[in-house]
Amino acid sequence: MTPLVSTGKRIPDYLNAAYGLKSWLFTTDHKRIALLYMASVTMFFFLGGLMAVLIRLELVTPQGDLVEPDVYNRLFTMHGIIMVFFFLIPAIPATLGNFLIPIMIGAKDLAFPRINLGSWYVYNAGGLFTMYSILNGGVDTGWTFYTPFSTTFSNTYVLATGLGIFITGFSSIMTGLNFLVTIHRMRAPGLTWFRLPLFVWAHYATSIIMLLGTPVLAITVLLVALERSFHIGVFDPAYGGDPILFQHLFWFYSHPAVYIMVLPAMGVISELITCFARKRVFGYRFIAYSSVAIAVLGFLVWGHHMFTTGQSIYASTIFSVLSMLVAVPSAIKVFNWTATLYRGSISWDTPMLYALGFIGLFTIGGLTGVMLATLGIDIHVHDTYFVVAHFHYIMVGGTIMGYLGGIHFWWPKITGRMYPAFWSKFAAITIFIGFNLTFFPQFILGYMGMPRRYHAYPDEWQVLNVMSSAGASILGVGYLIPMIYLAWSMRYGPRAEANPWGAVGLEWEIQSPPTAHNFETEPVVDKEAYAYTAEQGYVPPTKEAEFV
Amino acid sequence: MSDASAVQHPKLQHYFHSLRQQTETVTLGMWMFLVTEVMFFGGLFAVYALYRSQYPEAFAAASSHLPINLGAINTAVLIGSSLTMVLAVWAAQTGRQKMIAVFLLLTFVLGAAFLGIKTVEYADKWNHHLVPGPSFQFEGADPGQARMFFHLYFAMTGLHAVHMIIGMVFILMWVPRALRGEFTREWNDPVEILGLYWHFVDLVWIFLFPLLYLIGRHTG
Repeated sequence: MTPLVSTGKRIPDYLNAAYGLKSWLFTTDHKRIALLYMASVTMFFFLGGLMAVLIRLELVTPQGDLVEPDVYNRLFTMHGIIMVFFFLIPAIPATLGNFLIPIMIGAKDLAFPRINLGSWYVYNAGGLFTMYSILNGGVDTGWTFYTPFSTTFSNTYVLATGLGIFITGFSSIMTGLNFLVTIHRMRAPGLTWFRLPLFVWAHYATSIIMLLGTPVLAITVLLVALERSFHIGVFDPAYGGDPILFQHLFWFYSHPAVYIMVLPAMGVISELITCFARKRVFGYRFIAYSSVAIAVLGFLVWGHHMFTTGQSIYASTIFSVLSMLVAVPSAIKVFNWTATLYRGSISWDTPMLYALGFIGLFTIGGLTGVMLATLGIDIHVHDTYFVVAHFHYIMVGGTIMGYLGGIHFWWPKITGRMYPAFWSKFAAITIFIGFNLTFFPQFILGYMGMPRRYHAYPDEWQVLNVMSSAGASILGVGYLIPMIYLAWSMRYGPRAEANPWGAVGLEWEIQSPPTAHNFETEPVVDKEAYAYTAEQGYVPPTKEAEFV
Repeated sequence: MSDASAVQHPKLQHYFHSLRQQTETVTLGMWMFLVTEVMFFGGLFAVYALYRSQYPEAFAAASSHLPINLGAINTAVLIGSSLTMVLAVWAAQTGRQKMIAVFLLLTFVLGAAFLGIKTVEYADKWNHHLVPGPSFQFEGADPGQARMFFHLYFAMTGLHAVHMIIGMVFILMWVPRALRGEFTREWNDPVEILGLYWHFVDLVWIFLFPLLYLIGRHTG
């Protein structure tokens, strides 16, 4: 392939193409929108994290001595709502996906740049409703909004928060729609489906879920809102309505939503593992298909959240088996990444640390998921900290590790700057240790029977809870360190080359940071995505990446 | 690209190669959006199907309070509006710019007629205390379940009406653009995708009418 970088930098990069606040707020450049999203999701991440801090502080002692029980209910509810809807779901697709998908497929922008910008405004509008609700005291229903508590009994700001989620859902739909259409219609010449980077495949599968699932959540939240405000009581037993129906509709979206969070992270990991093992990915097609398989199967397992609702045992059995089936494509990925590492020439740069961390944590999260899919075990540990630990291993151990790994991998491309090698590795290891110390004790607590969503607990569980809270403070420090050095790097970091890691992929063949239109001449793709062999013309970098 | 040497069409965005690619992309986008709409309405249809199968008698009894004749007229009106919309798209594709505006306006008028008849129906429900709320009254075996029917009736037809209003706003916005001659034989994507949207909204009603007005009536 002919190099797309011209040696003399004549054209300004996308950060310098225009200046001023307006040039950002009205931009239609997918790369700038990605940065807008990055600012927003980071803000919500720390807001949700603040609530987690208060939750863990309360749980240091067995007595409920820091906050009132009612306040505690609001804390874990808002923690869940903010983290799920305002951080985890948009985190990777709206930032890394937005930035990289057009470049990876050789396009100048997404198919609908204005809809892309609109999605950011819609996201923030939903965020404003939620913030309004928080400032007025928040919601106490749990992030799941179960009826009839949410429709009839809760006196908190369910309507404002529900509206916030309804609105934010549309930003997710807009993003997913944009990705699907872009991947279908705007690939560069020669870029066939099976030459696409697996990051793109993962986002394709994610977009399918966004498109099919989110509208169902929207109508469900709308029905709750109608019931609260106009007494259109679809879930109200007084009119023959069924509160359990809400759970079916809610989990029809909210279980696949877990795959919206973790599939993009898996896409990131496929890129990191191949680059830092300097090897073609093992079983490309299987990883690609497994993303789609997870998206499809994910729609058929929602009933595993409802084993204790009195749903028919036959339905539960089928949901149980289907839930275990999801483990198959997930395991395919884990095995294929591991096989890619085998006899690779591995380097231990920061993104790789996150990738390896992801594999370990996701495996634990996934295997405990299989345990939970088993009817007997689920009924024993239902609504205990075992479940909390399980989904944090997937969401935090999976999605956030993937997100941070991706940020550290593409940071030189996004900002054109490097970050300190020591501190970034230190932070990655701190996060890994802090995370395990926070959440592994919760598996044990849950297995011993500690229920979730209580602000007080019997004395004998204090040691494990103190461990968990101690881990959370380490984890918090681990998240703050990247904030500091990445902010520093934006201004003072040494300039990055076009391809500091020696990675293959279209995004590494253009300058760092890219120009506003990404490509000055249209790229033509003539080889597979992970052409890391010498026969394919791959030359490993002669020197280490330039760090501080 | 071969067509890059030709004069750049003013409506061609810089990130597309050709008008054809742009049209295909935009149309695919609208189809994808309609998929999300199917899921959006689909949730409501699922709720309806569930309660209908649970309470067939109450739903049939409540259903017999809906006026078939008005519903049938509205169905005809809406199908008529789909015809005028198709004609607007045809006019755009064949470059008849004035005709686009005429057919769009006709579509708007038919849409307004639909909403007008719908308003008459809603007012009738109000007068007969069939609107869910404090004044709801239903003479029948299961007033609670009948009220559930009307919950769903208002939620489904209301959501449909909101979609019609959105479509009509866009129709009105497109009329001056058509009169300015913006839509040509080469480029008429906005008319095309508005047509797709309008047909979808029409199709929702084609399902709503039998589900709400017709089925189960012979038992009621």
